[in-house]
This record gives sequence, structure tokens and C-alpha cells, in this order.
Amino acid sequence: MSSLAIGRARRGSMGLGTALAGALSAIAANPLRAALTMLGIVIGTAAVIATVAVGSGAREVVLAQIRSLGSNLIIILPGAQSTGGVRTGTGFSQTLTYDDGTAILRDVPSVALAVPGVRSTQQVVAGGANWSTTVQGTTLDFLEAREWEIAAGRAWTAEEEARAAKVALVGESVAVALFGDADPVGAQIRIRNVPFEVVGLLARKGQASTGLDQDDLVLTPLWTARRSIIGASRANARAVGTILVKVHEGEDMAAVEEDVRALLRQRHRLAATEPDDFSMRNLAEIAATRDASARTLSVLLSSVATVSLLVGGIGIMNIMLVSVTERTREIGLRLAVGARRRDILLQFLLEAVTLSLIGGLAGIALGVAAANLAAASAGWPVLIEPAAVGIAVGFSALVGIVFGFYPARRAATLDPIAALRHE
Amino acid sequence: MAALIETEHLSRSYRLGGVEVPALRDVTVSVPHGQFIAVMGPSGSGKSTFLNLIGCLDRPSGGTYRLDGEDVSRLTADALAAVRSRKLGFVFQGFHLLPRADARANVELPMVYAGLARRARRERAERALARVGLGARMHHRPNELSGGQQQRVAIARAIVNEPVLLLADEPTGALDTRTSLEIMALFQELNRGGLAVLLVTHEPEMARFAERLLRFRDGRLVDDRMQRPESAAAALDALPAADAA
Repeated sequence: MSSLAIGRARRGSMGLGTALAGALSAIAANPLRAALTMLGIVIGTAAVIATVAVGSGAREVVLAQIRSLGSNLIIILPGAQSTGGVRTGTGFSQTLTYDDGTAILRDVPSVALAVPGVRSTQQVVAGGANWSTTVQGTTLDFLEAREWEIAAGRAWTAEEEARAAKVALVGESVAVALFGDADPVGAQIRIRNVPFEVVGLLARKGQASTGLDQDDLVLTPLWTARRSIIGASRANARAVGTILVKVHEGEDMAAVEEDVRALLRQRHRLAATEPDDFSMRNLAEIAATRDASARTLSVLLSSVATVSLLVGGIGIMNIMLVSVTERTREIGLRLAVGARRRDILLQFLLEAVTLSLIGGLAGIALGVAAANLAAASAGWPVLIEPAAVGIAVGFSALVGIVFGFYPARRAATLDPIAALRHE
Repeated sequence: MAALIETEHLSRSYRLGGVEVPALRDVTVSVPHGQFIAVMGPSGSGKSTFLNLIGCLDRPSGGTYRLDGEDVSRLTADALAAVRSRKLGFVFQGFHLLPRADARANVELPMVYAGLARRARRERAERALARVGLGARMHHRPNELSGGQQQRVAIARAIVNEPVLLLADEPTGALDTRTSLEIMALFQELNRGGLAVLLVTHEPEMARFAERLLRFRDGRLVDDRMQRPESAAAALDALPAADAA
């Protein structure tokens, strides 16, 4: 007769706001204990964030290196053959020729470009300024193989290349050293007293992974370099210093390398017992090594994260069990005034999740700080991915649910009479 | 109209070390709406077991119990929680207030589980606190209140969902004589408003304010009599002034 208003009221779960306020006040009642309990979660989450940030930062660096070198490249250098126990250093012998490059392009189908080149270090003069730099004689394909853009002016033409015109492309560092802020395009430079016209400025590439300034470079047509700079004094007029091989996208680099090796050995008429008189380097392999070491670091950090989250979860379970025992009378009272099992379960579960989520948020802050520090010292970019933050939050909530469930269930299955009498 | 409490051959036994120990045996009793009953008996007499069963905190081993016309003897734990929420209010010897919550928040608690909106909870909690004479103490925490005031908060909490029955388990056990009489006077006042009160006590001093007395011994209801209730307010007035302090 008199319980009308309540009888009509919807008996749903208590509002989330009320429940959350209750959880926060229960946590705030014991701030030190809560902070210590969260520590494991804080470290675990920080490790998750740092792992992903370091991993993707390092990967980004490796990818950038591969991009700056041009992907799918194999560099072939002459030499490295041993004669009577004496190994000639790579790059100094003249076993590699322009025609080797032509043959590679013609006979190995997976090869997209084969770019011969000769390099020498020269003093380059422009007006009153002079600069010691690398002068590379090569073909137009070089720009495509290295995925190098022209920032100003133009590349030399096929006709200029064919007649060995005295034209040059300068790298940004060279342009700055010789011309300062002035436009180098159209200017004259002298290499070994031979005047060259600067027809274009190369786009900036930045440092290579070795720390070498890739923009400290002058490019000229191959035969111009051979005739006007290096001179035909060498024994083999068709010898080149490098052949840069660009492989079609998606091809198996190792297989292509084998094909190229076989072809060169045949062309150089090497007997089966003789070693190669050239050497090959695969840029992707070098990059992969670096990627692998970054991955090792990631694995290490992930194990730290897993263990910390596990330990943190056990800490939460422990403290929640203590809390359930301490608040047995409160649970009894809540049951007496109409709380259902589910209400009690949710109350303690929410408290555990709140605890682990606060720990998770603190861990994210710590992880971002740590990632910034690591990136600053390693010279990597910081990449805090929103997905990683989401995963970290999700993980800490999951830890709260998993490890909070047992204590919460224990609270929810208490006998109200015994709980009310508990001292 | 159906009786408020109607039990038939109600019994409850516990299994202790493989032996069935009866705590309450064959209690048949009927209580109309609005009655003020005192339940007495020495410890182990079964009066607490009776209170737990009547309060829907426990289920009988045998017999039936109808509360306000509804058979509640075989309900699930959650269904019993719903019955407690709608029809019953509890007052305990140790007050059982949440220490970190103020008086109003404590009184709001049963309405939280009844699913009332915050504003309705606030209004009703404030009204209930005013009714027990604590309108000026809404925002005091339990440790800022005297024992008598804490028990008043607990009573406000017990009546805020407008129950049909108030169950009080030794409510004056932790209070001095004057405060005890004040609490009894409050029960009588609420009872005059139509609320049935079931008071479990071992003090005959307090039982005299009820209109009906149930005595238990060895798990059985051994005495059930009506009596002329004394006025707690009058007893309070009769107290020597020296007791006031």
C-alpha cells in the first residue's frame, strides 16, 4: 500500500556517474595505497607506449634511409679479388666495365636499370670560391635509380650525354659552398680547370645512414667525366667505378643478385675455383639489419610491459581483496538496503578498472616522456601513434577487469547476514 | 486486506559439521499492517534468525512466509534484494553508515539501488532527514555526529524508500538511556504515521513501548501477547534533569 513510488520506479543499475564517483572516493580514501597499487600498471603501460614509439620511430628511420638511397638497389663494385693472398681493396681495380652494366640490363630480366658511374674527389672552383667534393660521372638513369629530384633547372639531355657535353648537376651542399644564396643554375664551375655549365640543382637528400652528406656531390655525364676529369690514362677506357642496379618492385633481391653474379663471372671468364673479381652490396639488407636491432629492443620492452602489467594486475587483485575484507560490513549494508549481487560486483569491478585506468593514464604520460627521451638520444623521430595509446588504455582496463573480477565476485557472493555481523 | 507478515510453520536450521542444528522451529505468526512489535529472548533463542527471515536477508528451511501478501519464502537472492528495496527498512545496533559519505549521501543509498534519479534522491533524502530531526545536519559525516544522531541518519535511510516495515535490531544497544528513549519516541512517532515496526531487543525497558510482544526461547515462539504501549516521549519527560547533558 505505501511503497508505491518505489514500486513504480525502474529498478535499473545505478547510474554510471554515481558508481564512478563512489569508485573514485573509495580510491581517494587511501591515496598512497592506490598509488603503490598502480605502479605496476604505470610501468607496464609506459613500456607499451615506449615500445611502440621506439619501434615505429626506428622503423621510420630505416624506411627513410631506404627511401633516400633508392629502394631495391644493388651496388656492384670492382675488385675484392685476391691475387696470391693479397686482396685488392674494392673500388680500385678496373674489372668492372660500362659493358657489364649494359649486359646486366639486357640479360637479367628482373633488372630495371643498370647505372654505371665513376667517382673522383676534385677541387671545384666557381669565381673566387672553391670546394673539394665528389664528382660522379654517370648516366641519366642515376637520378631515377636513386629517386633523386631536380630542385631547380633541368637534368642534362640524352643528346648532351651522348656528346659528352660539359654540363653538371650540383648537390645542395656544393651549391651553398660555391654560390651561397645565389642561384647556381646557369653558372660556370671549373673542375680540373675544365669549365662546366651548371644546368640544374639536385633536391636535398640529407645525411646517409653513415653520416655522409649525400648533397656534397657534383654529377656529370659519364663520358664527360671519363674524358675531361679522370682522363683516359687508365688502362681500360671503358672501366667504371660502380654499377648501380635497380631491381623491379617485388622481385626477390637474393635471386637477382645470384643472376647478376653468374652473368658477371661468365663475362669475366672466371673459373669455378676463382673468387669474384667484384663485390655486391644490397642496401635493403643493410637496412634490414638495423630494423632487426630495433625489433630486438621492441621485444625486450614488450616483455617488460607484459611482466609489469601482470605484476600490476596481481597487485590490483591483492589490494581489491584487502578492500573487500575491510568493507565487508559496508557490503552487508548495501545488500540490506536493496543492492543486488550484480550491483556489488559492478561496484568493485569498476573500482578495480578505475584504479588500473588511472595507472594506465599515468603510464601513458610516462611512456611518452620516455619515448621522447630515447628518441632524442638516438636521433629518431618520436612517433606516438593514437592506436598505441588506445591499446595501452585498453590493456590497462583489461587488466582491471581480469584481476578485479575475482575480488568483485567474492564481494558479490557474500552472505548479507554474515557481512553485517562482520567485525 | 492481507496481513503484513504471515508465517506458517516457519523454520530455519543450519548445518554445522554435518549436524542439522535448528535455529528456528515451526513459527506461525500473523502481524497486521502498522503494528509495533517487540521481539525478545535470550541469545540463541532464535530472535535474530526470525528477524533475518522477516527481513528477507535469509530464506527459511521450511514453512512459508508471506510479506504484504507476497510469498517470499522461495525467492532468489536478487528477488529478495528487490523486496528489501521496496518494502523494508533496516536499523542496526552499530548504525552501519558509510564513513566517507555525509548524512544526505548515506540516506540516498537505498534510492541509488532503487534506481531513482539524483535530484529525486536528494529531495527525498532531505525530507527524510528533516523528519528525523536532522534537517540541519545534512552535510555532516558520521564521525561529526553523536551516536544518537548517527542512529537518526540510519533511521532516515531506513524510511526513505517508504517501506511497509521497519526492522530494528537492538537499535539502542550502543546508546545511553536518554538517547535510547529519544530513538524509541521517534519509532513511536513513525509508527503513528502507519509504519509497522519490528524491534528486536533484549532490554525490557525498550520492549514496553511496543504494542505487541513476541518472546522466543530455544528457537520457538513461546509467548505472543498484546500490551498497552507506554509513551517514550512521556518517559523522556520523566527523566531527571541531571541525566540531560
